[in-house]
Amino acid sequence: MTWGRVLAISALVLASLPAPAQERGRTPKPVIEPAKAGTQCIADPATMRREHPRMLEHQRDETVHGGIRGAKASLKACIACHASPATNSVTAAETNFCISCHSYTAVRIDCFECHATKPGPTAFHPIVPAGPQAGAAMRLAAQARQLNGAATIAPADLPGVKP
Amino acid sequence: MNERADRPGADAGAAGSSRRGFLGVAAAGLAGVMVAPGIRLIEVAQAATGAAAGPTAGANPKVRWGLLIDTTKCASGCTDCVDACNTENGLDPRPTPTSAQWIRKIEIKELRTGRTSSAPMMCQHCASPPCVDVCPTGASFKRADGIVLVDRHTCIGCRYCMMACPYKARSFVHEPLTDQKPDVPRGKGCVESCTLCVHRIDAGGKTTACAEACTKAGHGAIVFGDLNDPASEISQRLREVASVQLRADLRLDTGVRYQGLGA
Repeated sequence: MTWGRVLAISALVLASLPAPAQERGRTPKPVIEPAKAGTQCIADPATMRREHPRMLEHQRDETVHGGIRGAKASLKACIACHASPATNSVTAAETNFCISCHSYTAVRIDCFECHATKPGPTAFHPIVPAGPQAGAAMRLAAQARQLNGAATIAPADLPGVKP
Repeated sequence: MNERADRPGADAGAAGSSRRGFLGVAAAGLAGVMVAPGIRLIEVAQAATGAAAGPTAGANPKVRWGLLIDTTKCASGCTDCVDACNTENGLDPRPTPTSAQWIRKIEIKELRTGRTSSAPMMCQHCASPPCVDVCPTGASFKRADGIVLVDRHTCIGCRYCMMACPYKARSFVHEPLTDQKPDVPRGKGCVESCTLCVHRIDAGGKTTACAEACTKAGHGAIVFGDLNDPASEISQRLREVASVQLRADLRLDTGVRYQGLGA
């Protein structure tokens, strides 16, 4: 049933496309959403793009084992600035900060199976598949959005994706 | 408004918008520059997230955190501490048999006399924790301040520690979780247990969620404090009243002590 719906939706989306998809390449480019206005990152973008895994990995041991909190490199601080204004999350939609690049580079991160994705007191985690086809549905939705140039399908509309 | 109505339309609009614009720019400038002497809005925002406050000193090796539970004040059927723990740490508010459980209420009965007691059970934060001894990856560890934790980055979910713990204090997370608290990351495939509200302690907090709820409800059956500080409330109470460590025969030197049990 769910695959049938996915296929039906994808057929509809593809039918409504104005231009062939091949021109822009098969893989959608990552959308890098701007951080919250008035905030300053701890390092320049080039450094952050290359070094953020090592910064976080180093800090996590100091925090978990040593109890050192509020250090310069902090996942919570990342999320506080980079949560999308629309979804208030870094992973809720395929264009959100963390998930956007990680989808592009096909690097699956486990951070958000445990860590909250929202700066607030609660969070939800679409990165954790909520149904058997959730991952495929989200990838399809992302491709559809990219090809169509606009958000035509919200993840919540797709089967197996918990909003 | 009257002033604007008296003027010709075009002028009124221009004057109004420029005045509004000026006020907007002035307000934005003020907000960006100073909230109070030496404090800018950005710093307030960063302080709220803990970003600009600078790193904390970390776990203090001179401290040993512990709890004293007065079972004479702990009412049978009361679950204030359990509920507070579930809320604080984002645990299942209505636990199922497979839900993670960091603290539970137990009822015990002396068979010979029929005397019953009620008490909360949680990780006893042993000085010689068997869970740490058996952990094959080093994920189970004891912090410098005596808090026994699981590093979820290293935990492979083998559950050996659950077998080793004489207090059945640890739980395994079986299902994907979706409602974690930012301060309490939790996820499927890891073992977890009471953290003595380590996120509060690291932030300078003086009590745990269970102790706070118990005191707030007027029971006062849980005291949290530094066992190494002779002036702390818990140390004073331990000096004055008879208390026991559960399964003291195992010589684990637990950080959680019980008053009103045993002899």
